[in-house]
Amino acid sequence: MAKLNLEPNIASPDDFYEALIDMHRDLDEGASAKANAKLVLLLANHIGDLEVLREAMAIARGRA
Amino acid sequence: MLKTYVQPRYDYVRSPDQSAAAPAHHPVVIIGAGPVGLSAAIDFATRGVATVLLDEDDTVSVGSRAVCYAKRALEILDRLGCGDPVVERGISWNVGKVYFRDRLVYTFNLLPEPGHHRPAFVNLQQYHFEEMLLARLRALGRTDLRWMNKVVGVDARGDLVRLEVETPDGRYALTCDWLVVADGARSPVRHLMGLESKGQVFRDRFLIADVVMKAEFPTERWFWFDPPFHRNQSALLHRQADDVWRIDFQLGWDADPEEEKKPERVIPRIKAMLGDDREFELEWVSVYTFQCRRMERFRHGRVIFAGDAAHQVSPFGARGANSGIQDTDNLVWKLALVMAGKAPERLLDTYDEERVYAADENILNSTRSTDFITPKSGVSRVFRDAVLELAESYPFARRIVNSGRLSVPAVLHGSSLNTPDAPGDGFAGAMVPGTPAADAPVGREGKTGWFLASLGRGFDLVLFASQAPLTAAQADAIAALGRDPIPVATRIVVPQGGGLASAPPGCEVLEDVEGWLAKRYDARPGTCYLFRPDQHVAARWRALDAAKVRSAVARATCNDQAAPARAGRAPAHA
Ligand SMILES: Cc1cc2nc3c(=O)[nH]c(=O)nc-3n(C[C@H](O)[C@H](O)[C@H](O)COP(=O)(O)OP(=O)(O)OC[C@H]3O[C@@H](n4cnc5c(N)ncnc54)[C@H](O)[C@@H]3O)c2cc1C
Repeated sequence: MAKLNLEPNIASPDDFYEALIDMHRDLDEGASAKANAKLVLLLANHIGDLEVLREAMAIARGRA
Repeated sequence: MLKTYVQPRYDYVRSPDQSAAAPAHHPVVIIGAGPVGLSAAIDFATRGVATVLLDEDDTVSVGSRAVCYAKRALEILDRLGCGDPVVERGISWNVGKVYFRDRLVYTFNLLPEPGHHRPAFVNLQQYHFEEMLLARLRALGRTDLRWMNKVVGVDARGDLVRLEVETPDGRYALTCDWLVVADGARSPVRHLMGLESKGQVFRDRFLIADVVMKAEFPTERWFWFDPPFHRNQSALLHRQADDVWRIDFQLGWDADPEEEKKPERVIPRIKAMLGDDREFELEWVSVYTFQCRRMERFRHGRVIFAGDAAHQVSPFGARGANSGIQDTDNLVWKLALVMAGKAPERLLDTYDEERVYAADENILNSTRSTDFITPKSGVSRVFRDAVLELAESYPFARRIVNSGRLSVPAVLHGSSLNTPDAPGDGFAGAMVPGTPAADAPVGREGKTGWFLASLGRGFDLVLFASQAPLTAAQADAIAALGRDPIPVATRIVVPQGGGLASAPPGCEVLEDVEGWLAKRYDARPGTCYLFRPDQHVAARWRALDAAKVRSAVARATCNDQAAPARAGRAPAHA
């Protein structure tokens, strides 16, 4: 049973995407990788539900 | 080499068995006088079972390996009668600190709640620890301990186990009904029997140094990730008794173990860590690789494996000796019942069931800690460091930091020996069947003591009462249970300030002096708990019913079913 919301859920996707790319501005590869890692950890904690997180991981890895 | 410790040497004494015309027979032989073999022998002795304990060496642990003994292991030692010396000699601690680079990222307390007799951990050199177990074993006087007796052959194919033992006087043979194998991680006996312990070796090396120094550091566990004095690796500092401190340095896989052990390499590392000109002396140095592995089964017919011989973990979490002692806690009462003819042999399969489950939990925890401490890839390193950076400010990340999930006993959730709660009983809290008993202060005959110390060696029923006297039916049930073939001893718990007008004979009354007992056990008047001889909850109810208690005892001893058909099963020794 899919619990991960894959329907559009972000009110202004363009603003989100811009903010995401902005987050990495002037960061070298290492710093960017770390920022991404922190972002994943922060969001994962916000979501909390391991089942949802596993579903997202499977899609991200290309298994679904 | 050790400056604070003189290694004792115990005499080899020739046993009359060595001159016997035919191999002498003993009910139980234990191989290996490490922490696990010693605990097993003591447990048997406290149950009146004489054993023969064989060790190839003539001394206790050479060098201090295990340092941290966990609360549950200490509680087991209390039951065995040697908790006090260990706790008095050792260093008690509850607090750990985790540093990332040059910053403290968080502090944890492993025992935040009062009302426990034992601390989360006691640190003590393994050789001291073993000496204390030996003293207890000798005081009990029921163990035939034979130093310099090396087991070189095992034949477990028949109804008896036959051993070949090598001594300074040559070889001799022995037979036994039951063989407990606690001969350590390399387990020669496991190899002799053609059995394997399988798992994972971590591609990393660790320098373990014990140093003697005067330091006023608090008694806490300090763990560093990537500290300035040891870049890109981890380090750990622990206090032991006698001003001895344990220091671990992660070295990486490419380090040369022989080079790294040399004082000219070790001393500068420690100087950099201490950061001052403090005087210290090296006590003991070794370089280890760690592994997590276990045997597929711990019981092989009449041969039963325990401790490192059966399962091995990396030391982050201090789960090695601690879990081995829990193996013996689980095994000995079962074997004693089987030997007394009061339980079928099948009960021993539940040792396998329960301790394999616990070993898997320990291996999982130790593997995860090792993976966090030693990231296996660039990306896992990035995540690890991200967790550590976030941990300084955000509590959620602190819970992900893993510098070792320190040893706590397994809750035997799915054990076939548990009687599940009745649906209507509505118990809340942690004490589900399969849980080791939680401690609490209790009043006993006007003195304050501890709940765990008031449990006995057999099955115990703990009945929470109100001020009102017991009903006649309750008193009869209690008396009858005490006369069963597997007797159940009852303790009655009364509330704070309460007394009991009349307690049935032979029934101890405990006062819940601070109310922790009722709270931890979610108890109300009438609630009763049945504890196994290893102090695990076997069953619990909201009201006493002797028939239910009996069937729970039967279930916890495998006396509840007709023996399963043996047809088609491999013989027990296979
Ligand atoms: C660096 C380090 C740190 C550790 N820290 C901790 C910790 O903090 N907490 C913790 O709980 N654990 C810790 N451990 C693990 C702990 O030391 C082991 O789990 C523990 O010693 C296992 O006990 P054992 O009795 O099973 O085996 P061992 O202690 O290895 O004892 C086996 C015994 O069997 C004997 N023997 C072997 N072969 C034969 C034979 N053929 N015949 C007769 N006798 C034989 C040996 O002489 C020995 O006495 C640590 C280990 C290391 C290496």
